[in-house]
Amino acid sequence: MEFIRFNNVTKQYKNGVVAIYDLNLSIEKGDFCFIIGGSGSGKSTLIKMLYREEKPTRGEIIIGGLKVNKLRNSNVYKLRRKLGIVFQDYRLLPKSNVYENVAFALEAIGAKKKEIRPKVLKAIELVGLKSKLRDYPDNLSGGEQQRVAIARAIVNEPKLLICDEPTGNLDPNMSMEIVDLLEEINKKEGTTVVMVTHDKVIVDKKKKHVIALKEGHLYKDYKEGEYIDEVL
Amino acid sequence: MRFFRILGRSIRDAFKSVGRNFSLSLASISCIIVTLIIVALSIVITYNVDNFSSELKKDLTIVAFVSNEADKTDVEKLESDIKEISNVSKVTFKSKSEIKEEMMQEDEAFLNVMKQWDDEENPLQNTYLIKVDDIEKIGETATAINNLSAIDTVKYGEGMVDQLVTVFKVAQRVSLIAVIALVLMTMFLIVNTIKLTIFSRKREISIMRLVGASNFAIKIPFVVEGMILGFLGSLVPVGLLIYGYKALYSYFGGRLFTDIIKLVKPTPFIYYASIVVVVIGIVVGMIGSGRAVRKYLKV
Ligand SMILES: Nc1ncnc2c1ncn2[C@@H]1O[C@H](COP(=O)(O)OP(=O)(O)OP(=O)(O)O)[C@@H](O)[C@H]1O
Ligand SMILES: [Mg+2]
Repeated sequence: MEFIRFNNVTKQYKNGVVAIYDLNLSIEKGDFCFIIGGSGSGKSTLIKMLYREEKPTRGEIIIGGLKVNKLRNSNVYKLRRKLGIVFQDYRLLPKSNVYENVAFALEAIGAKKKEIRPKVLKAIELVGLKSKLRDYPDNLSGGEQQRVAIARAIVNEPKLLICDEPTGNLDPNMSMEIVDLLEEINKKEGTTVVMVTHDKVIVDKKKKHVIALKEGHLYKDYKEGEYIDEVL
Repeated sequence: MRFFRILGRSIRDAFKSVGRNFSLSLASISCIIVTLIIVALSIVITYNVDNFSSELKKDLTIVAFVSNEADKTDVEKLESDIKEISNVSKVTFKSKSEIKEEMMQEDEAFLNVMKQWDDEENPLQNTYLIKVDDIEKIGETATAINNLSAIDTVKYGEGMVDQLVTVFKVAQRVSLIAVIALVLMTMFLIVNTIKLTIFSRKREISIMRLVGASNFAIKIPFVVEGMILGFLGSLVPVGLLIYGYKALYSYFGGRLFTDIIKLVKPTPFIYYASIVVVVIGIVVGMIGSGRAVRKYLKV
């Protein structure tokens, strides 16, 4: 079943730079999809349009039946509640511990107190940080911090998990662990995962759906298992 | 329900934030204190002036003296002529013989002279006693009455009344201008306090937005913070108002310089005024933070 659809999407920034040209693509429900491409090829722009940080200049983007490009600013939060978003730089609250960081996502949307605790504990357990509940981000390794960020992203049980170079700051071993974790979430929870990455090794090994961008154009859309390493 | 959960968390966060940016919060609060003291002062002045002028209005009377040589027909329709003049609220006739009786009772010397006058000889004049609606226009009204041909002269408490009303009006106007200037300055300070809070919580706000907090949930902690600043700033002025006015009232014995100017009784006046002061503090805080939120949180 189709979950995400881009129809003739073009994105031109206010300064005149065109980051995405007439893009068409489709991502299935429950899919695990890598987005790859050289620096400046428009990967971040593409996923920013997914979570409606940026609006396409032309074309339409549909997620689970919702026309994201039609969404008004004041209603963007309704989309965000169905998404989980993870960045390269973790974006944790330094003065809050692991539990509080994850709970913050639920508090911010006004979740019931009773619901918060079990959901937070479940998410933290899933990312394997149960023993570090009261630790502060500064005392965690990069990989652990990224796990906290992932726990925060999945705590509200999103249908879609969006990751912009989540392993960009991590060494190869830790990177693989994080991708394994994302794969586990994808399989266990049925969450659709869209992950931007530079890491050829990971993409090569995982044999997933791969969307390759080049200078703002769709270079190739490899179905699961089709990907072969090429110089973009 | 979600609304109240978000509100509850906002209030908690707002108190934390006031403590965290303590020095700037204190600056805002001080400014609110000064503003609200002036506000309280002008409430006291305005209310007392209003009270005093409405008291005056009850008492103040124009006395119009009917000319003894006036035309009979003019005199007959004089009462209806006076009533037609705008601002006239009540007209009473007092004949010269009534006045004679009153004067004779007042003073022995008058008695001796006056008891010999019969109606024809009585040199006193018939009078009309006239009350007005708007005390500030009493001068114009008196002139209008004086212009009637059957009227000789008019009298009312000219000098002093006019002067008192003017003095109080000026005091009222000056305090109003001061209040407006101070309110603006206070808002400016509140905007800056909230702006600082917003900057210190930039990361938090961006995460809130990311995880799908509504605009309301993002903005409300800052608005609540502004309201808290306004509320804290109103406490000192309210204390001053309550104890200060009571002290003032008993020091002057409920009157100002003369018996004409009676002060408003402290209760319940000071309590109503306190409520007004607190509400103004909170509203100013709310508007100030609302502006900051709109300007610096483009959500
Ligand atoms: N906010 C912006 N305003 C103007 N131009 C932008 C903006 N963001 C990105 N761009 C431009 O759009 C193009 C695509 O940028 P984008 O960030 O999507 O690339 P990317 O594939 O994520 O690159 P990287 O691998 O370096 O993260 C670049 O030329 C970039 O300079
Ligand atoms: Mg990027």
